[in-house]
Amino acid sequence: MKAHDNSLKYFSLGTIWLWLIVFALLPFALVTLASFASHDDTHLLTTPATLLNYFQLNNAIYLKIFKQSFYIASTCTVICLLLGYPFAYTIARMQSRYKSLLMLLIIIPFWTSSLIRTYSMITMLKPKGIINSILLWTGIIDKPLPLLFSDTSVMIGLVYNLLPFMVLPLLTNIERLDNRLIDAARDLGANRFTTFRRIILPLTMPGILSGSILVFLPAMTIFYIPDLLGGSKSILLGNLIQNQFLIAQNWPLGSAISVVFTLILAVMLLVYWHSMGNKERDLL
Amino acid sequence: MNKLPVTSYLTGIYLFFYIPIIFLIIYSFNNAQYSLIWHGFSMRWYHELFADGDLWVAVLHSLLLGISAATVAMCVGGLTAITMYRYDFFGRRLLSGLIFILILSPDIVMGISLLILFSLLRVPLGFWSLLLAHITFCIPFVVVTVYSRIVSFDEYIFEAAKDLGAKDSVILSRVILPLLWPALLSGWLLSFTLSIDDVMISYFVAGPDFEILPLKIYSMVRLGVKPEINALCTVTFGLTLILVAISQLVLRKKP
Repeated sequence: MKAHDNSLKYFSLGTIWLWLIVFALLPFALVTLASFASHDDTHLLTTPATLLNYFQLNNAIYLKIFKQSFYIASTCTVICLLLGYPFAYTIARMQSRYKSLLMLLIIIPFWTSSLIRTYSMITMLKPKGIINSILLWTGIIDKPLPLLFSDTSVMIGLVYNLLPFMVLPLLTNIERLDNRLIDAARDLGANRFTTFRRIILPLTMPGILSGSILVFLPAMTIFYIPDLLGGSKSILLGNLIQNQFLIAQNWPLGSAISVVFTLILAVMLLVYWHSMGNKERDLL
Repeated sequence: MNKLPVTSYLTGIYLFFYIPIIFLIIYSFNNAQYSLIWHGFSMRWYHELFADGDLWVAVLHSLLLGISAATVAMCVGGLTAITMYRYDFFGRRLLSGLIFILILSPDIVMGISLLILFSLLRVPLGFWSLLLAHITFCIPFVVVTVYSRIVSFDEYIFEAAKDLGAKDSVILSRVILPLLWPALLSGWLLSFTLSIDDVMISYFVAGPDFEILPLKIYSMVRLGVKPEINALCTVTFGLTLILVAISQLVLRKKP
């Protein structure tokens, strides 16, 4: 399509590019630059340029936090997938007049503030919270379980917060699944398991990957979940970066951590990009 | 297939989603400070909440921020989506890739990078830094929402308008906008919700002079569970429900 009057096109392209360059690309370039800067008591960022920040990362404490964050985020992703896949599958293929209500009930947590949902988990898990009270009342335990402030409570909080982000892409993906392919496989003699493994799983792989990315990335960085639900030892990558910027005031080190983290994510995204091909890139 | 395990599994997941929120709502009406035991229905915590002046200031700030950010993001994002659909231009794939990456990029990285930008440009941390940050993280979501709607249109509508001699600006105001307003509105609502709920990015670019609701809730929650917070969360949850309902109603309408 070639229009005679192109002013609208140039106006909107100019606006969006200017915006993205100033508020997305430039800031990220600045983080990269900052990761090579030094800092002293009076300046947050100063010369000379140095690689020291990256060398500092090669230290048992930071490596442990990196490893632990990856471990927790992967476990959270797997749990969300195992809980969410059969759930999304059942809802997507359901033929019931309640279907749209059930879908709406999944969208609501997606829109609700994640902070509020984290807070509601504290109410459940605290020593005098709902779960402990029920267990005490039924006589299953005789003193409150220390559910809160542990790695388990961080994991429960993460899964609780991020499960909708796994379910929604899966739901959209499974809804588009062509029933005839499943019928054909069954007609040709495939049993349930083979049909799932050879037909359904490959076709829903884009949904699985999208959902996993939407769960994995925030799981590593939502600093307020370990902060509110975790104990003093539950420090994840997000908390580490937040600490370096706002408490330790060591911006160069915080930037270096973010750059390394972003590079790891970039590699993971590239793998995802390649496995998806060009067409299936819609996420939401 | 046996229906019982399937039904109980679905129920289990829904209970997992909703039980914590339902208890939070119930206890916001409980007439007791610490106890889990029901001491009777009371609006006491709501009265205390509404009497808290600081909180009202934070609410007003958040509304002002959310409305401004959503409006700017809707205009810029909507125009971008329309342009990406209607024209072929140099860097189109680069632009869509960048928008895709912005949706995925971790909030914390966006937060610290904007903090560095604002401190180098000497933008004081407060309303303007928050506004610029919020617009930036809302734009990609508007683009995706509007774009996914616009591709479902019949291209010939635009061709017909052009054949009949309409200029681009006329096509925009007489053809595209009347068809696209539900998507624009739902992009606006999504942006507003994102802005009202954001903790991760605001945490880095907020200043002491401009307190906003999510950060206020965060600092209250860090001090422990209190019935006023239950009431505050219930009110916020109710508002979210209204916004979801509007957006669902609007999007369900077929063009």
